[in-house]
Amino acid sequence: MAQLTVKDLALGYEGHVIRQNVNFSIDQGDYLCIVGENGSGKSTLMKTILGLQKPLGGSIAFGDGLRNNEVGYLPQQTQVQRDFPATVWEIVLSGCQARVGGRPFYGKAEKALARQNMERMRVTQFANRCYRELSGGQQQRVLLARALCATQKLLLLDEPVAGLDPKVTAEMYSLIEQLNREGVTIIMISHDIGAAVHYANKILHVGATMFFGPTEEYRHSAIGSRFLAEEGDERHD
Amino acid sequence: MSAMIETIQMYLQFPFVRYALIVGVLIALCSSLLGVTLVLKRFSFIGDGLSHVAFAAMAVAGVLHLADDMLFTMPVTILCAILLLRAGQNSRIKGDAAIALISVSTMAIGYLLLNLFSTSANLSGDVCSTLFGSTSILTLSQTEVWLCIGLSIVVVAIFILFYNKIFAVTFDENFARSSGTRVEAYNLLIAVVIAVIIVLAMNLVGSLLISALIIFPAMSAMRVFKSFKSVTICSAVLSVVCALTGILVSIVQSTPVGSTIVAIDLVAFLLFCLFDAVRSAVRK
Repeated sequence: MAQLTVKDLALGYEGHVIRQNVNFSIDQGDYLCIVGENGSGKSTLMKTILGLQKPLGGSIAFGDGLRNNEVGYLPQQTQVQRDFPATVWEIVLSGCQARVGGRPFYGKAEKALARQNMERMRVTQFANRCYRELSGGQQQRVLLARALCATQKLLLLDEPVAGLDPKVTAEMYSLIEQLNREGVTIIMISHDIGAAVHYANKILHVGATMFFGPTEEYRHSAIGSRFLAEEGDERHD
Repeated sequence: MSAMIETIQMYLQFPFVRYALIVGVLIALCSSLLGVTLVLKRFSFIGDGLSHVAFAAMAVAGVLHLADDMLFTMPVTILCAILLLRAGQNSRIKGDAAIALISVSTMAIGYLLLNLFSTSANLSGDVCSTLFGSTSILTLSQTEVWLCIGLSIVVVAIFILFYNKIFAVTFDENFARSSGTRVEAYNLLIAVVIAVIIVLAMNLVGSLLISALIIFPAMSAMRVFKSFKSVTICSAVLSVVCALTGILVSIVQSTPVGSTIVAIDLVAFLLFCLFDAVRSAVRK
């Protein structure tokens, strides 16, 4: 059974539908990139999958032993976080919140998990540093470590490389690829269509025309080849 | 100096001075705890808004000749706190505008009611003392002191028990919600606790200066400390120290209690800013 099945989903807010008939499903170990123009509803789709927003129709079903709170999320950074006084350790540990349930404090198991994920994302040396003093790439790695504390199964990434320089972007992509190889399912919103078709094994194109399927099929589809050409041109300008 | 200590010792023999110190310290402690969260969530002015609500509620209670206005003020303020934090999530009226609306309108209604129905001869004096804090902290009864101690213990206990949850909800509401934390419930909890603190604090500094008690210690601590835990502890300690100093100074120099505490909070804030500036200059 698929890990996540989205069927006839209608997206929008306050009863106003912005996108209909979103259909796709992913299995464990998939690397799905969601692409499409600005304002096409990519972020709304992600928020709906996360349960931050109610679907206006259709269904989202979790399967394969995945519960809907076992989803790790790497959001776009908010203003609040940029001047938040917190150490890297405090932030990564807060990813374990769902595991603690009703207990007020973190136990040994949660602390060990946080340490392990900090090691994995190579941020252990920043443990006692203040989050707001780190570089953009380091901050993203901290937030990835936090997301990994919430889940080992499915990560949702909302433009993880936005605002990063090319070298750090490449590092970020290889970290995500490494996680995917370790068995973590990845769903990523990306503006970087080149990287999307390079790393992902499935593509969901959200827009007036929808596409969902394997990356190779997308490259050769009418919508895919047009979008790749357009975005490619923009980059060369 | 020794003369001052003697004066203070002399004053401490009066029970009303001891009551004032106990209540002042407890309120300063409670209001500083949630200050960090409120400042970071961009709800700095919720203290101001809610204290005006409490002011209006007290005016209504006065008009209705209720014997114990706390029983009326408290629920009304809690209700408004819940409404305000709800509005913060609503996209039509943003949090700051909602606070401004409630703050201004309740203030106006409160003053109107006092004007129309007041039985007191000294109306502007009454209004002034509700807004700027009066000598009421020096006229506390034993029951009020116990009530304040009880509520403070509850507030501190809630804060410690839910510390990690409050951190998660403050740092990243969306992440917390997506990983299954009941964000609405904790926002509600924060709203109720803050309303309780504000109704308590009105006795001390009056409604206009409550924001200062909430914001200043948090802002000062954030200048110097780097982790959420150290910021929280520092702002609690700082707030207690400033309140204690403020009350003692106001007794010795016979200045208004609320304004004295806030002035000392301001001085502390400037000192912390200076420290921060010097430190970053040294690093460069």
